[in-house]
Amino acid sequence: MQLTNRSEVVVNKVMTFKERLYFPAIISGLVITVKHLFKKRATVKYPEEIRPVAPIYRGLHVLKRDEQGRENCTACGLCAVACPAEAITMTAAERKKGEEHLYREEKYAAVYEINMLRCIFCGLCEEACPKEAIFLTDRMLPSDMNRANFIFGKDKLVEGVSNDSRIDISKRTNAHRKD
Amino acid sequence: MPKVTIDGHTIEVAEGTTILEAARMIGGEVAPPAMCFYSKLKTSGGYCRTCIVKVTKGSEKDPRPMPKPVASCRTPVMDGMEVQNKTAPDLVDARAGVVEFLLINHPLDCPICDQAGECHLQDLSYEHGLSKSRYDFKRREFDKIDIGPNIKLHMTRCILCYRCVKVAEQVCDSRVHGVLNRGDVSEISTHIEKALDSDFSGNVIDVCPVGALTDRTFRFKSRVWFTKPVDAHRDCKKCCGRSVLFMSGQEVLRVSVRKDTWGEVENTPEGNPGWLCNECRFEKKSASDWTIEGVRNIDRHSVISQNKYLEVKNLKIDVSNQKLIGEKAHN
Repeated sequence: MQLTNRSEVVVNKVMTFKERLYFPAIISGLVITVKHLFKKRATVKYPEEIRPVAPIYRGLHVLKRDEQGRENCTACGLCAVACPAEAITMTAAERKKGEEHLYREEKYAAVYEINMLRCIFCGLCEEACPKEAIFLTDRMLPSDMNRANFIFGKDKLVEGVSNDSRIDISKRTNAHRKD
Repeated sequence: MPKVTIDGHTIEVAEGTTILEAARMIGGEVAPPAMCFYSKLKTSGGYCRTCIVKVTKGSEKDPRPMPKPVASCRTPVMDGMEVQNKTAPDLVDARAGVVEFLLINHPLDCPICDQAGECHLQDLSYEHGLSKSRYDFKRREFDKIDIGPNIKLHMTRCILCYRCVKVAEQVCDSRVHGVLNRGDVSEISTHIEKALDSDFSGNVIDVCPVGALTDRTFRFKSRVWFTKPVDAHRDCKKCCGRSVLFMSGQEVLRVSVRKDTWGEVENTPEGNPGWLCNECRFEKKSASDWTIEGVRNIDRHSVISQNKYLEVKNLKIDVSNQKLIGEKAHN
């Protein structure tokens, strides 16, 4: 039974004189190669050049701080229970007196880890978060040679306090807004 | 014996049974929720109004309906009484109003609260409440108090159900706490920060339907849905020693009483409520102190059953037949 009309029956036919020269075939092959030199490239030179992504792109996570620089995350565990890949683990701790400028609520995440090898970047953690603490950003997950380096702790996830080290997520949140 | 019909289910109950108890005998959705009534504590109930039901027929002798919804925990059944709970849309609406009132002063700090996941107010507001509060005024504010070394009181979360006061009266040997002040400013407290040090004072944590009284030894240790509840017992001279251990690995994070379908303490085989003493609850925090009976059966709709897998013992791979061989541990 013939499945497609593109199949060709293989025959052991004798090559013609032109085919036996090979030269025209080499030339036509080279023409294709040279044509591609002048075509637009399919790849970009990452990381010098970054391909634009959709406003709702789900890349590397960030743990946000509020305007006063206090961590939003209160270790409620809803992201971890929502996570279908079970990539998130956390340990909570109680805020001490004098730490009010560091953490927004009386409980905070002392340890917060995302296993990036497990993460499928579905964004359910962001959806589950009641405190607007975790967001997915347009940043890419950097590659690494060591598996242990893919477990991102708070040192890699929490954004900085200073204005220029904040991670902008407005593009993403505005894209979700209905009005 | 009076016959009562609740949501179309007829049941014959003993004289003096309340509508709520009759509904619980039928079971399931028919039973109205209760925040303050606790069948194992005498004189409890009548405060929260979440158990209201609509009585469409008073009794066989006087078939007039009752003019207003009644608190089912305090209303005894009459012969031929007809009651509507879930089947009356106006009643469900009225209960949603009650829930909104309960939530007026509640801080809704569930992400922080240790009770989240097993909180009756959380379930109730999820089922009936609005997703947003309509209350614009300032909520009651109280400082957190440590009542003794083991119990934390968050008065802002309290709904004044009086269950803990009844525990102190009926289970503990002495009552050192109660409700101070009146009306909007009333609060559960020990007068001038006294500690609750009765042997059975830890039970106030288990009867609290919200997160007002929580276990300090479990404070912020873990979320309840990350723990693994197992039934366990030990020989204790003071109490029955039957408990649920909330474990993480081999570590016992919290010890609580066994609770039945209605969130109340289970009876022991002898028929007494299985209250736990403070020694069992707060000091026996090692798996070797207990005889573990097996994994506790948790309702699969509960968040506590999330992300729990069956344990498999002696896992082997049969290469020639491409099969996994193992035996299930516990249930």
